[in-house]
Amino acid sequence: MWSALKRLYHQLGSPKWFYEITSRWSPWFLWIGTALTLVGVIWGLAFAPADYLQGNSFRIIYIHVPAALLSQSAYIMMAVAGLVGLVWKMKMSFVVGKTIAPIGASLAVIALVTGAIWGKPTWGTWWVWDARLTSMLILLFLYMGVMAIYNAIESEEMANKAAAVLALVGSINIPIIKYSVEWWNTLHQPATITLTKKPTMAPEMFIPLVLTIIGFYCWFAVWVFARTRNEILWRERRTKWVKSLLSMGANR
Amino acid sequence: MFASSSLMALFKRDLLIAFRNRGELLNPLMFFLMVASLFPLAVTPDPKFLGLIAPGIIWVGALLATLLSLDLMFKSDYDDGSLEQIILQPQPTLLFVLVKTLLHWLMAGLPLTLMAPLLGVMLALPEGGYVPLVLSLLLGTPTLSLLGSIGAGLTVGLKKGGMLMPLLILPLYIPVLIFAASSVQAGIDGNTYTGHLAFLGAYLALMLVLAPVASAAALKISIAR
Repeated sequence: MWSALKRLYHQLGSPKWFYEITSRWSPWFLWIGTALTLVGVIWGLAFAPADYLQGNSFRIIYIHVPAALLSQSAYIMMAVAGLVGLVWKMKMSFVVGKTIAPIGASLAVIALVTGAIWGKPTWGTWWVWDARLTSMLILLFLYMGVMAIYNAIESEEMANKAAAVLALVGSINIPIIKYSVEWWNTLHQPATITLTKKPTMAPEMFIPLVLTIIGFYCWFAVWVFARTRNEILWRERRTKWVKSLLSMGANR
Repeated sequence: MFASSSLMALFKRDLLIAFRNRGELLNPLMFFLMVASLFPLAVTPDPKFLGLIAPGIIWVGALLATLLSLDLMFKSDYDDGSLEQIILQPQPTLLFVLVKTLLHWLMAGLPLTLMAPLLGVMLALPEGGYVPLVLSLLLGTPTLSLLGSIGAGLTVGLKKGGMLMPLLILPLYIPVLIFAASSVQAGIDGNTYTGHLAFLGAYLALMLVLAPVASAAALKISIAR
């Protein structure tokens, strides 16, 4: 088991292998992710019972929560990818980190926008300085910083390393920021908004949510693979295997 | 021993350079003063209302003033090439970063802390706020310098580093801002503020350990460019 994992790690370190392995994996993730998300969303939107307090408006949870959850774990993944790149000098890991940044940022935007749409009927306003919303916004800022570094530094290698350092610093600070924001909020407006605390959900509401969360993770993998594969093709465009791959595609 | 004597020499050299350019030392202070005096003009000169927002204004002003002065942390050393020499030296780069951070705090954070009570008077800060204001600045501004050293290290070689640095560093400043400003508020309300200060101290201790490592790594990346 361990040696198989080790071999996989080394294989994923090679752009060519990464390309070939992910071209086998991508369809699986795509179809499983699509199926789970479709089932979860349809179940959640059409069949799950309405919330006794919020009525039907709670149903946006099936987009909001997966996006929010995923954008947080995407940041951690980006930081881990950066760490692997910095410590073991694994170039593919930097590529993955770079491709995660914009995806994670868009997920954060989705979570914020759906949160605002959800907030309008339940809290009566688009934006509340609620602890969770605020820490999501700060997470978006952290993503923006990482993306800004990629834009600002021309040399690819330096940009990768600098962004990895920043992502690591950010990931250490994320829990501190999260808890300080939560404490700040409870200091100032205790218990005005209790809906943000996760209600103990009924299973018929909860299972579709779990399905959409897993589905979103699968889709995330598909997006990361696709963007990474593009990047690989671009970086390796002068190598033999990419040329033969492209000519094969042209002949087909 | 050798390391400490060369760091001491560096410390003295930088202090000397700083005091020969006294004008630059004043810049963050002037900025702090001006930002704080914009708020009565823009919002209202009513002392009651100003007293409400004074802790936040003073802290945001101090934070922005620190941010602006971060650009200079490594820049002159980078421009004249001495940064490369220092990094090539056998002593760990993170000690160098620590000395630079201490210098930055002495030139930005400490003067800002000393000036803050004056701004408190200008902004009608209520009586109980002064002690926590100074204490929170004393504990908080070193953290700002430490976190800032990471941003300064990452952007030192960049032509357009000026606008980039706030983007990178400001989100990391948020915990300091929250606890510092709320400690002042707690002081005004007559509550105990030691808990907030303890958090600021803990964050400072954590960043004292972690930030120099990150900024030394960042400097090495920037130098290799």
